[in-house]
Amino acid sequence: MSERMMPAWSLTAEAAGSIGIPAEWPDRVTRDWAIGGATGEGVDVCILDSGVDGDHALVGGLKSAVVVRLDDEVTTIEPDTIGDVCGHGTACAGIIRSLAPACRIHSVRVLGEGNTGSADLILGGLRHAIEQRFGVINLSLSTTKRKFAELLHELADDAYFGGTVLVASAHNMPVESYPWRFSSVISVGSHEGDDSFEWYANPNPPVEFFARGVDLDVAWFGGSTLRATGNSFAAPHIAGLSALVLSKHPGLTPFQLKSILYLTASNAGGSK
Amino acid sequence: MTDGSSYQEAVAAGMLPSEESHRALLQSIVDVARAIFGAKASSIFLLDDATDELVFEAVSGEGEGDLIGMRIPSSTGIAGWVLVTGQPIVIDDLQQDPRFARQAAERTGYVPQGLMAVPLSNGDTILGVLQVLDRSKDRAFSLGEIDLLIMFANQAAIGLDLLQTARRARAVAEQGDGGAAVVGRIAALLENAEDNEAGQRLLEALEAVLRSR
Repeated sequence: MSERMMPAWSLTAEAAGSIGIPAEWPDRVTRDWAIGGATGEGVDVCILDSGVDGDHALVGGLKSAVVVRLDDEVTTIEPDTIGDVCGHGTACAGIIRSLAPACRIHSVRVLGEGNTGSADLILGGLRHAIEQRFGVINLSLSTTKRKFAELLHELADDAYFGGTVLVASAHNMPVESYPWRFSSVISVGSHEGDDSFEWYANPNPPVEFFARGVDLDVAWFGGSTLRATGNSFAAPHIAGLSALVLSKHPGLTPFQLKSILYLTASNAGGSK
Repeated sequence: MTDGSSYQEAVAAGMLPSEESHRALLQSIVDVARAIFGAKASSIFLLDDATDELVFEAVSGEGEGDLIGMRIPSSTGIAGWVLVTGQPIVIDDLQQDPRFARQAAERTGYVPQGLMAVPLSNGDTILGVLQVLDRSKDRAFSLGEIDLLIMFANQAAIGLDLLQTARRARAVAEQGDGGAAVVGRIAALLENAEDNEAGQRLLEALEAVLRSR
């Protein structure tokens, strides 16, 4: 992230001429401009999930791995030596690696310590990830617990204004859940296509984008692969694409990045 | 347990259908889910908050009869992931994963090649997980099937909620020592007695006494 030039609580007449925005925008934002030739290099992508098997051939190594634990209602962050307790985090990492091969992948494991307190673990893990100022955080999870909504909302806003893109899988069930419904995150549902570079902007939010999430081959723990479906696999597609955009255009804000994903979506002429 | 609503709950608990009726509802849901998806098996897990484990509450097909009551960790494996993240998931060709296969076979004696899993929620509480194992491959998978699974999950969640409510109420009625528990037990005795004419007369007399105070 580039340093902010000034604390913008208000704008004086003198400052108006010097409040430059450090991005050169083309007349028309195309996919080639947005991600053409990009590899994800220099971008840190965090996977908040069941852990990641960094040795899996499709993951290709982890930059860091921690686990969130709960001791007397206080969350602690420790190095993770277990890896993946389900397979799902490894799947997400493999998807992100396939799109952005040169990005740095970090794992924050919030599963495996029991269901009780799991919302605290998710909150603690998210807070830690935001503090690390990762470029992108993939959240293929949600909580229905209303009492955590406000805290999650604050964290999502912290990420948004701190320059971290939160990509969250939408809940395709008739319940209220968070954080995907917040406007400060990028929420993702699935389409049925088989092209990882096919994504759609939804004119009818709260689900903002649809990405590949049906019948795809994913990495799983133990070095295996399997075929999987779910919105939780659509989110890492948008996370990977976000890493590509950020590697080519460092310093973009989440607002700018979301706008680029919108302008380059398959239903916005983006694939042309 | 001194307020009026607790007495009402206790009376209701005493007259509740048996645990078997609630189990029959859950069994019917997994039977139908299995039939609709042409699957080898379907199961419902209930989250036991006290022990933080998932418990098999209903099983149709492979494992039926053996697995009820079996417990698994609440936040590992696919069911645990679904429970904690609240996200539905569909996975095929699971046998490619040697670790999963070994663990599952050791615990359940049956190794699925694929499974669909969806959380069961009531309001903001996740109650458990519904799984469908080895669905028919005759038709390609589509998002419509996830929608169908979610509809079943809603039914299953209602069934689980009824079962849990009944268990809690019955625990109060059977084990409590307050007035509400006594009333609950009396209600149960009256409900189950073949000839409760004497009891009925006694209760009417008690009501008259209470009203006259």
